[in-house]
Amino acid sequence: MLKTFRIGGVHPPENKLTAGIPIEYLPVPPNVVIPLSQHIGTPAIPAVNKGDHVKVGQVIGTGKGFVSANIHSSVSGKVSKIDLAPDSGGFKQNAVYIDVEGDEWLDTIDRSREIKREISLSREEIVKRCLESGIVGLGGATFPSHVKLTVPSGKKCEVLIINGVECEPYLTSDHRLMLEKGEEILVGVSILMKALNVSGAMIGIENNKPDAIARMTELAAASFKGITVHPLKVKYPQGAEKQLIKALTGREVPSGKLPLDVGAVVHNVGTAFAVYEAVQKNKPLFERVVTVTGKKVSKPGNYMVRTGTPLIKLIEAAGGIPENTGKIINGGPMMGKAVSNTDVPVVKGMSGVILIPAEESVRKEIEPCIRCAKCVSACPLSLEPYLLMTLSEKSMFERAEKERITDCMECGSCSFTCPAGRPLLDYIRLGKSTVIRMARERNLK
Amino acid sequence: MSNLLNVSPSPHVHGKESTQKLMLNVVIALIPAFITSVFYFGIGAIIVTATSVASCLIFEYLIQRYILKKPLSITDGSALVTGILLAFNLPSNIPVVIVIIGSFISIAVAKMTFGGLGNNPFNPALVGRVFMLISFPVQMTSWPVPKGLGTGYLDAVTGATPLAVIKEGIKNGEPLSKLMQMIPTPSQMFLGDMGGSMGEVAAVALLIGFIYLLYKKVITWHIPVAIVATIAVFTTILWLVNPEKNADPMFHILAGGVLLGAIFMATDYVTSPMVPRAMLIYGCGIGIITVIIRVYGAYPEGVSFAILIMNAFVPLMNAYIKPKRFGEEVKNG
Amino acid sequence: MSSTVLITIISLSLLAFISAVILYFVAQKFKVYEDPRIDEVQAILPAANCGGCGFAGCRNLAEALVRADTFEGLNCPVGGAPVMAEAARILGKTPAVVDPMVAVLLCNGSPENRQRTSHYDGAMECRISKSLYAGDTGCSYGCLGYGDCERSCKFDALYIDPVTHLPVISDEKCVACGACVKACPLHIIELRKKAKKDRKIYVACSNCDKGGPARKACKVACIGCSKCVKVCAFEAITIKDNLAYIDAKKCTFCRKCVVECPTNAIHEINFPPRKEKAEAAVENVN
Repeated sequence: MLKTFRIGGVHPPENKLTAGIPIEYLPVPPNVVIPLSQHIGTPAIPAVNKGDHVKVGQVIGTGKGFVSANIHSSVSGKVSKIDLAPDSGGFKQNAVYIDVEGDEWLDTIDRSREIKREISLSREEIVKRCLESGIVGLGGATFPSHVKLTVPSGKKCEVLIINGVECEPYLTSDHRLMLEKGEEILVGVSILMKALNVSGAMIGIENNKPDAIARMTELAAASFKGITVHPLKVKYPQGAEKQLIKALTGREVPSGKLPLDVGAVVHNVGTAFAVYEAVQKNKPLFERVVTVTGKKVSKPGNYMVRTGTPLIKLIEAAGGIPENTGKIINGGPMMGKAVSNTDVPVVKGMSGVILIPAEESVRKEIEPCIRCAKCVSACPLSLEPYLLMTLSEKSMFERAEKERITDCMECGSCSFTCPAGRPLLDYIRLGKSTVIRMARERNLK
Repeated sequence: MSNLLNVSPSPHVHGKESTQKLMLNVVIALIPAFITSVFYFGIGAIIVTATSVASCLIFEYLIQRYILKKPLSITDGSALVTGILLAFNLPSNIPVVIVIIGSFISIAVAKMTFGGLGNNPFNPALVGRVFMLISFPVQMTSWPVPKGLGTGYLDAVTGATPLAVIKEGIKNGEPLSKLMQMIPTPSQMFLGDMGGSMGEVAAVALLIGFIYLLYKKVITWHIPVAIVATIAVFTTILWLVNPEKNADPMFHILAGGVLLGAIFMATDYVTSPMVPRAMLIYGCGIGIITVIIRVYGAYPEGVSFAILIMNAFVPLMNAYIKPKRFGEEVKNG
Repeated sequence: MSSTVLITIISLSLLAFISAVILYFVAQKFKVYEDPRIDEVQAILPAANCGGCGFAGCRNLAEALVRADTFEGLNCPVGGAPVMAEAARILGKTPAVVDPMVAVLLCNGSPENRQRTSHYDGAMECRISKSLYAGDTGCSYGCLGYGDCERSCKFDALYIDPVTHLPVISDEKCVACGACVKACPLHIIELRKKAKKDRKIYVACSNCDKGGPARKACKVACIGCSKCVKVCAFEAITIKDNLAYIDAKKCTFCRKCVVECPTNAIHEINFPPRKEKAEAAVENVN
């Protein structure tokens, strides 16, 4: 019996079209726009000025405060301006515009391909290196990793969980990373183990990646003591933090609390790889694997892209925008954001780009709620989506707060299931942000 | 929209479910019961079912088009299901006019006045049926004896249903053992060879429908199992206490509308609770009230009333009985 | 009469009498003293309970009017001056001078003026679209047109025009209760003082981007060029964040700024038509 979470969940079609396509390195574009906020927390402050020459890996933005991250240049060239640029939602954020000249890296970065196994840095130095290298959660949440590695006093990390699940349909970047950089990932996991002072780690991988499971199991058994690989049942959202912890350890993170409150810390395999590169090769985070896919895409694949590359360049490498494309999604189809224009830059949190044909881009027509309770059975956090939607629609936010609307992780299982095509998650998101704002105002008083 | 990208909030994919598909699956699950109703009750079954379905659809169309002036939704299949279920609750010799009146009550009063699909607190087919029972008691309690295709329609020969036989007999003081000789055997009742409403007689057909609905994930097991189990438990207790006055549990489950009610009427989405825990309580309530009405009440059959009474409690259950939340019972960490 | 009827009448009458006595004493014992004038004032209020006065219901406003020394800051926009005068008469106080106000949309971004750059397919509510992304045009400040304001109006005073996708506010029906102002998630509807004959002059734009991007997104955007500021002799116009704003209290409705604006962002409503050059300015309004 494969391990899994019990409550709720749905089975969207997997569509892992690019699972067998090896990672390809995308050439450096002619210019880049690197946003200064590619993470949760305070945006970084510019550390360069217009006209400066920068090299690959150079710091161009310094994190402000604890929950923030550094931004590094992904190219070498001249800073043409520091100005506002629209993000994938169209909102304007501060960004560094660079005209690319060549591909000159900082001397401090070790570009050799050999895998360095010995970890010479101490615990504190590891956390510091993660901070300096701008490492954030590459599963999509982009939470600054050094914050996650800093265990507050009174709490203890008992188990480190590595998320190789990749439960979103279409996305395969983690899959390819495990197949091609498996050993580096395991060294990265060992580094995380040292930083958190634990003797083992559990890697969860969904059962639709048998080759990755085999590879990681083989590598871990051969030379990584304490790291175990666990195949998990294919069910969405198996890769969600709380669900993954429940599946692997049986522990349930209570409402309003963090994984650390049950002694668990979860990191994505991509983050583990980035930690390896940062700690062992002194390479900061400025590129990542992005899956470009879609049923009509001519050259779908998994591309290693520098941050700041305009999205259109990435799509062109995959054969260009197919005719009759209705929607372009940044991320996976369940939780990703639809972009309104293709000039947005690739950022640290962009795990995939999906080009959806027009006929699949239109939403189902909205019908009245038939109270079938399928949304209730689909919700992995056992909330009542139909009720939360009605409360948000009618602006009854106090009651929505009592019904635990802030527990919602916006996984989309409810909207996916609803036979009447109701936009459950649209309203729940509205209610959630309103309740959070109300609670914040209440606490300030 | 030709060259513009579509932007909407996530999720960007949708499952294959739709209201129409769910309703269609319910209709398919009712086909075995329809076949048995025609098999036992002949032409009457076809006339009553056809009238009921047609009037339900027509009334919904007229109300939406001319009174409410809202977009039509008769294609979602809910009026179709109401029509079939209403027909299955009726005797096969009921005149067409009464069926039309019942359809009117079901659709116009019990469903449309509350706001249409999704808003009615009471099961529309049952409201229609109970209205007809109280307004036309004679026609609604004359049950044709099943004679297959030769049963006839308005001229059908009528006789008492097993429940009525037992109820009347016990009231007259006759011993149960003698009464049980006068009614069909359990295997006859299982196959449907007895008097009763068109859809309730054939347990075998209803159970096939139940398995189909579970397989297609239209309903969950909670409500039907809770109802049948509760009835079984209570009738067993009563039967053990006094076997000469109270019939055995197998009789109670096979006779009357328990299976039809448990599988198709009580599981109606709109009027049943949303949370599995509440569904079990709802089922138990229906079971208890059914037994009370059957044993101590004036009517021989109590399922319709039991379901309607428990429908009234559903909003309360939805408000106070919450699902077992994720993370509620953490003891470590 | 038979004895049954007699007994029935007597016993029911006795029951009624005893109940009445008990109820009377209970009502007296638990009576809460309320100033009777509150009921009087409440009776002349419109009973719309719309919240336009800032109180939760008409009764709360009546209580506040009775308690207050002056009517300063207290006004029923629905009832208007006649109702306030009547309340003043009942209570023996003087009504405050209140300017008549009306709701105004500070945006003219119809599809003709402001090109669509994407197609929104989510739930059709402005507050949901706004929280999702910057809107389906190049201007993230402008009206989205899904009707949150229309739905919030209890007086039927505004509707979304099907061609321009902008709310049209009726001068007659709008009572300036402020519901649409609260409902708009972009905060681009405001209550402005209206002059005689329902005349209004305002900058129909809320775009705070610099002139270049603003103009690129919308033909009639305010580009913050300050020409209106320079021509206004009454210092009624200020520029903040590349956006001009006309203070309705200082404006004398001389209309010089309307002509001066290079993008026709300033609107004049309900004025008599001018000669040749002005025709172009007035055209945008329709």
